[in-house]
Amino acid sequence: MSGAWFDYTVNGFVIGNIYALLAVGLALIYGVANLVNFAHGSVYVVGAYTGWAAITYLDTPLPVTLLCVIAVSALVGVGIERIGLRPLHGSSRIAPLLATIGIALVLDQVLQLLFTPDPRAVPMQVPEWRVAIGGGTIGALDLLIAGIGMISAVVLYSFLRFTKLGWAVRATAQDSDAAQQMGVDVNRVNMAVFAIASALSGVSGVLVGMYYNQISTAMSFEATLKGIVALIIGGLGNVPGAIAGSLILGLTESYGIALFGTSYRNLFAFVLLIAMLVWRPNGLFAARRSLPPEPMTGTFIARSRPVAVPRWAVAAMIAVAALLPLLDQPYLLQIGANSLMYAMLALSLTLVAGTVGQVSLGHAALLAIGGYASGLLAMDAGWPVALAIPAAGLVTAALGTLLVFPAFRLTGHYVSIATLGIGEIVALVILNWTGLTRGAIGLGGIPPLEVFGIDLGSVEGTYWLCLAVLVLLALLQLRLLRSHLGRTWRAIRDDPVAARSYGVSGDRYKALAFGFGGFAAGISGAITAHAYSYINHETFGASISILALTMVILGGLGNVLGAVLGATLLIALPEAFRFLAEYRILIYGIVLLLLIRFRPQGLMGTV
Amino acid sequence: MAPVLEVRGLQKRFGGVTAVADAALDLREGELLSIIGPNGAGKTTLFNLVSGLDRPDAGSVRLFGQDVTGAAPERLAGLGLARTFQHGRVFGNLSVLDNVLVGAHARLRAVRPSVPVLGPLLELALAAIRPGAVRAEEAALREDAMRIISLFGERLMPRLDHPAFSLSYANRRRVEIGRALALHPRLLLLDEPTAGMNETETAEMQGVVAELKRSGLTILLIEHKLEMVMRLSDRVIVMDNGRRIAEGLPQAVRHDPAVIEAYLGHREAGMARAPAQGTVA
Repeated sequence: MSGAWFDYTVNGFVIGNIYALLAVGLALIYGVANLVNFAHGSVYVVGAYTGWAAITYLDTPLPVTLLCVIAVSALVGVGIERIGLRPLHGSSRIAPLLATIGIALVLDQVLQLLFTPDPRAVPMQVPEWRVAIGGGTIGALDLLIAGIGMISAVVLYSFLRFTKLGWAVRATAQDSDAAQQMGVDVNRVNMAVFAIASALSGVSGVLVGMYYNQISTAMSFEATLKGIVALIIGGLGNVPGAIAGSLILGLTESYGIALFGTSYRNLFAFVLLIAMLVWRPNGLFAARRSLPPEPMTGTFIARSRPVAVPRWAVAAMIAVAALLPLLDQPYLLQIGANSLMYAMLALSLTLVAGTVGQVSLGHAALLAIGGYASGLLAMDAGWPVALAIPAAGLVTAALGTLLVFPAFRLTGHYVSIATLGIGEIVALVILNWTGLTRGAIGLGGIPPLEVFGIDLGSVEGTYWLCLAVLVLLALLQLRLLRSHLGRTWRAIRDDPVAARSYGVSGDRYKALAFGFGGFAAGISGAITAHAYSYINHETFGASISILALTMVILGGLGNVLGAVLGATLLIALPEAFRFLAEYRILIYGIVLLLLIRFRPQGLMGTV
Repeated sequence: MAPVLEVRGLQKRFGGVTAVADAALDLREGELLSIIGPNGAGKTTLFNLVSGLDRPDAGSVRLFGQDVTGAAPERLAGLGLARTFQHGRVFGNLSVLDNVLVGAHARLRAVRPSVPVLGPLLELALAAIRPGAVRAEEAALREDAMRIISLFGERLMPRLDHPAFSLSYANRRRVEIGRALALHPRLLLLDEPTAGMNETETAEMQGVVAELKRSGLTILLIEHKLEMVMRLSDRVIVMDNGRRIAEGLPQAVRHDPAVIEAYLGHREAGMARAPAQGTVA
């Protein structure tokens, strides 16, 4: 038994070292650029595939493999900084974070197109002996990973402590304006930091490939998440803290697996994340308990004046949409219904992310809650579909608000990280709570859409129902935005401190926004579930959250009509170019990047 | 009658720096008290402690006779305290009118019934349904906001629908004061209302503050422009290094040697500190 525990400890320590290579880079980047880099895991995958390609095609020995990985990853890092982020200097606070998400989408898709999504085995370049110690064993690869982890830490420490560029990095991290005034080339510092961080991330990727003897393009998202969790445990921007946080995360996961089984691994990581954000948002090692103030320069979202659309034009659009089924084009209607379901989600996200400024990266979890609530009410409790759907909306409103409630005191990037974690937790709970949700099997045979005996399961029926619900929700949202709630929500977004000074309680109004938004998203998820008749824990994944965010930015943050337009365009246009189906996600990523760079206010303007 | 504001032994440290060492003041109804002192004297920190944005390490704050030490800013706003910010924190994407209306948030009654637990849900429902009482309240608030905006003459009136980010610096300061007045404050804290304004604009702002004082409003003012301070204040407190170094009538404070030293530099230090904006003489 003790031997098994020794193995779990070694395993946790090794995984911790791999996380540390990721988290240290994230901490450095956060330090100089005040940015959580969501493309970090994509660089890690770039590193893994570079290593695989070098060994497979060039037959490189281990040191050369590592050098190739370092060179290519560093180059990608430099590219991210130079092309993706530097042009955004001086734009709204949320822009760089969104840009890294776009970069991640693009990198992942390019890799997938180059190497196919199928997993590949990385040839082992380390001798396979294992030494027996105290009942357990340690292998050469374990030692190599631990060695690389420690050497990297020492090299990084010496770099920051003893080199001129290292001093410049630390100076920039403390106060980039002051550093610039003292003659530090902040652009060069940023570029160096991205190169170093990306090289470490790439090395981490190839080591993981060897450790699990497998790599795939799907690893990127999880790597980003794990790096961020380790970073938060150690404290944003704290390099030694990131190393400690990584080891803690690695060991927690390893012992968690030992006690509860593999499917709980990520649940531990994300619960740890949320617990940290709630109780120690500055990390384990910070003396201060309150969050550091965010820089006050610039506004949160892009400044703009929204495009004014006259009422008759909106009425005309609704009329045209309502008459669409008369064309008798089932395929067109199918796309239309899909767009409308997404539009309900976008409506919800544009309220939360745009109007209130809480950029949620886990919004698809609300769809999942709505879908499962309605499906289970209809199947297990025998409710009529017409009652199950609104009930699911209410359940989602309540549950969604409760889940996000601990994150209400957070601001800016912390909100995005927290909602991302909460979204993952929801998916993992659905997967593991087999008694209620049927676990990995999913919900099959969900009854079709019908309203009190009228069958709406046909394409026309689904389309009309979606259109009616969307119009109702949109009109209601517009009405709320024109009441005192609209200005109150936007005041919280623009300056939460000033809002509080005028009696606006952030918690109360964020809860109202998440409640109403949760209702709309829950309805959307419920209708989707009945229309598809089958859902599982992966139906509403993180990629849908990102897609919804792209829709909302395309339409203009906070803009109700924009959200509907953004959803319609992003669902319908790829259908018009079906021969590009393979490149669909790549196109989403590029659209997101171009928008942030050239039209941050979106098509209809932010509100 | 209890003073409007009563501060005793207030202390605040940031790391090793003591921003406010031992602040004490009394403010009576209808009085205008100015706080002056060189940059870094702790004036704004004192404002933050009084308005609930920071918690003091020691000491007490009493507002209208109630102990409010460390109370949340939302609660203080509800009691009738309004403040402006040193660097002008307007809501950038909100229109001038909406900025001022947010100032009236604490006065919303019909749409914010004080019902425990269900209050927020009722508020959502009332905002959507808008019964007569809610509509009447909103109309009254709008009318009042227009009246407040008209205090600044033609400066803001033509720009009612402009987003605040498009305004000049001086106009943003005006919006901020309008927002504070919309709360119908019983105590108004003004943090450098004329910072960054030219002479004409300063004179205009001085007129507005004088008018507020005449209307009986109790005001605590931080200001560097001493001419304005001398003209408007009933009393003046001088702060330096987080302490009160002088207090009294404007004319008396002006000639206090400690004040002159604080502004022009410490003799024993040998190096004259750069004089703050405005001169003492």
